[in-house]
Amino acid sequence: MNKVVKNVEEALKGIEDNMTLMVGGFGLCGIPENSIAHLVKMETKGLTCISNNAGVDDFGLGLLLQKKQIKKMIASYVGENAEFERQMLSGELEVDLIPQGSLAERCRAGGAGIPAFYTPTGYGTEVAEGKEVRVYNGKPHILEEALTADFAIVKAWKGDTEGNLIYKETARNFNPMMAMAGKITVAEVEELVPAGELDPNYIHTPGIFVQRIFQGEKFEKRIEQRTTRKRD
Amino acid sequence: MALDKNGIAKRIAQELRDGWYVNLGIGIPTLVANYIPEGIEVEFQSENGILGMGPFPYDGEEDADLINAGKQTITVKKGAVFFDSATSFAMIRGQHVQLTVLGAMEVSQTGDIASWKIPGKMVKGMGGAMDLVASAENIIVAMMHTNKAGESKILKECTLPLTGVGCVKKIVTDLAFMEIRDGKFFLVERAPGVSVEEIIAKTDGDLVVPDFVPEMKID
Repeated sequence: MNKVVKNVEEALKGIEDNMTLMVGGFGLCGIPENSIAHLVKMETKGLTCISNNAGVDDFGLGLLLQKKQIKKMIASYVGENAEFERQMLSGELEVDLIPQGSLAERCRAGGAGIPAFYTPTGYGTEVAEGKEVRVYNGKPHILEEALTADFAIVKAWKGDTEGNLIYKETARNFNPMMAMAGKITVAEVEELVPAGELDPNYIHTPGIFVQRIFQGEKFEKRIEQRTTRKRD
Repeated sequence: MALDKNGIAKRIAQELRDGWYVNLGIGIPTLVANYIPEGIEVEFQSENGILGMGPFPYDGEEDADLINAGKQTITVKKGAVFFDSATSFAMIRGQHVQLTVLGAMEVSQTGDIASWKIPGKMVKGMGGAMDLVASAENIIVAMMHTNKAGESKILKECTLPLTGVGCVKKIVTDLAFMEIRDGKFFLVERAPGVSVEEIIAKTDGDLVVPDFVPEMKID
């Protein structure tokens, strides 16, 4: 089944105010940067964004925060973004912080038809407030519910016309689970190839989870913490 | 003299055992990778989806797609593997990782840890820390004994929002190596040249001090 759309405009068609979006990536690694840039142009407001991080001030989801397009952010770590912190502490932005493993599993569960699951993570902390507790193997666990989204926007290295995806290195991170959990999943890829070019043995996300795929126009791939060593 | 950050990392590295998979948190814990004792093999897991992390890349060889959980550019060793975040936390929650080393703002004598939020002031989020402490069998906290204001971070009870309850087993600070035993801190070793009296004075929680407290052996 051909999932190819012409460009980013077509890929994001149907995203409206007040929708919930999942956005793949860890920090600035593996984020769908072409789609984020286009969301800024679309001026969609009141968004709930589910993403591990909130970008930095001038890149990633930080671009949507600057334009006040995000109403609520669901994330695990938001430390690198001053505008985010300002909006959160002033109460302009609703924030739900979730342990990273629970966030990953809640997305996975959402895509896998599991409405909720028990996890030891967060027991005895603020995260557990108002959640059911059950003891398994002598240890308390809390009930966490699945997450889904109107649109999941993911980024892959290579994709084919069927929507099959391969990620590169640590740019995989949250992308596979979010791809599963979107009602409509949009994949932006660095390289789009005809069906049959990717070895089926090495595909990470099967195309069944992807509704629309396009090749991104350009990828800046900004590095957040450039850390190197000198040659001896 | 109190240990510096590298000294703390060196002492923690002595706790590594051959064949362990180890998750190192951001900050001082990351430095532990520089001091693996000779003759043992460990693999470092980073929760953003990599096992078999190597050193930082040479200048000019940075790869934007290859980072650790601190978002620093890294390299991989032979035999490394990449995976998604759900698989990564399956390794962590499922207790396939033998040791977690992480930083903290406060630790209590019952092993509670606070590390992610100062209400009204700073909220960075817990990242993977809550998952890491919820299941790990073996958790070492790496931190300074006191905060910038000179107040003890080794407390009877944590005052900040918790990251985990009753999970910390060992703490290495600039002054001391302590274990949590029966709801109290137990002083195992003191940093080179640091007196037991100084450690007692800077520890707010109940501290059990044996008759003889050996000095850490740090190269």
